[in-house]
Amino acid sequence: MTAPHVTPEQVWSALAAVPDPEIPVVSVTDMGMVRDVAVDGGRVTVTFTPTFSGCPALHVIRESIGEAVRALGVPDVEVRSTLTPPWTTDWIQPDARERLRQYGIAPPAPAGDTPLITLDPEPTRCPRCGSLNVRMTASFGPTLCKRLYVCESCKEPFEGFKSV
Amino acid sequence: MTGNGQPSALSSQQETLTPELRAVLIRKLTALADDEIILAHRDGEWTGHAPILEEDIALANIAQDELGHASLYLDLRGRLDGSDPDRLAFFRDAGEFTNVRLVELPKGDWAFTMLRQFLFDAYEALWLDAARGSTYAPLAEVAAKAVREERFHLQHAALWVERLALGTEESRRRTQNALDELWPHVAQLFAPVPGEAELVAAGIVPDLGEVCTRWEGFVVPHLTGKCGLLLPMTLADAAEGRDVHTEHLAPLLAEMQGVARQHANAEVW
Repeated sequence: MTAPHVTPEQVWSALAAVPDPEIPVVSVTDMGMVRDVAVDGGRVTVTFTPTFSGCPALHVIRESIGEAVRALGVPDVEVRSTLTPPWTTDWIQPDARERLRQYGIAPPAPAGDTPLITLDPEPTRCPRCGSLNVRMTASFGPTLCKRLYVCESCKEPFEGFKSV
Repeated sequence: MTGNGQPSALSSQQETLTPELRAVLIRKLTALADDEIILAHRDGEWTGHAPILEEDIALANIAQDELGHASLYLDLRGRLDGSDPDRLAFFRDAGEFTNVRLVELPKGDWAFTMLRQFLFDAYEALWLDAARGSTYAPLAEVAAKAVREERFHLQHAALWVERLALGTEESRRRTQNALDELWPHVAQLFAPVPGEAELVAAGIVPDLGEVCTRWEGFVVPHLTGKCGLLLPMTLADAAEGRDVHTEHLAPLLAEMQGVARQHANAEVW
């Protein structure tokens, strides 16, 4: 039996097609969750960073990553997770931010690296009309990563990605 | 709760922990996790009952995050002693839980729930903020992760406390009542577990006295200055340790653990 030959690039492009289970317009690589791909002969190790620690989609993401790599003909796949450095919304790719916006989700504001303990939420722009005249209606949306807003300019409700 | 990862290259550091430090760290991690598990359960009791749909969702989200944090702590413990997070959460009795009494009190009304959440979240956020500098890298990693999430809980709860305290006479009365009832319990948040001073000396966990000072500087102006509430004169009491519980914990566990215990061999609950 010959060892399957895959390159890290092939693995990366396979992972680029694995959607985020809760936001299907972006993939796990768009989200910056995949930190490392290592190919050692017939063995592939993918390291990813969980987004929110209580995210119920984590096991789905882990399984989807494993399946995508196995679909390349790799039988021996290890999917590991790491918390270092912690995932931040700053890792979401620029084109994915635009896709989020078109999907109706305001992309996250820059998070920076100091998690200040503050009582004030960050400014958010309406994904539809671009107005900053928005009102937060709920700081927790249908998923852990989003908040709910209403735009005071175009009157549309929308979801906004938390800046983490 | 399932463990979500393999240890990064840190096993060498674990080997440098003395057996005494290791035992205290296990105790501390368990206490941290127990607070989160019990509070998450109390928050979860509002599911389907919160004043408005958005709050139902918000509190369910917060509960999910708190369970996520418990899972991170118990995974750290598992690396030290091979214990199984699910066994610890679902198969220990009240006497073995080491949560503070603050989190096990019945959910009360909305003011009680939000005020408790505010007091606890401020403590948790500031503790995690300090724990990012832990010399024990696995804990520093977990803290860096969790503190980013905790900020949102704190913002949410702080806003609710303000809204209720400055709302109607009725909401103000209830918020003040909640503060009177909860205040004697906060001291326990800042009471170390036995042997914790050794962990602090080794730089593994933050000094609770320092966390408490920051906490007071944060919480007291919000409650009194911004919200116009009166701090109770009661002396805060942390004399009894984390192994002493109110009568409310056992019924909570009976509900929380019921399914797991009846179907002990199921793969997931």
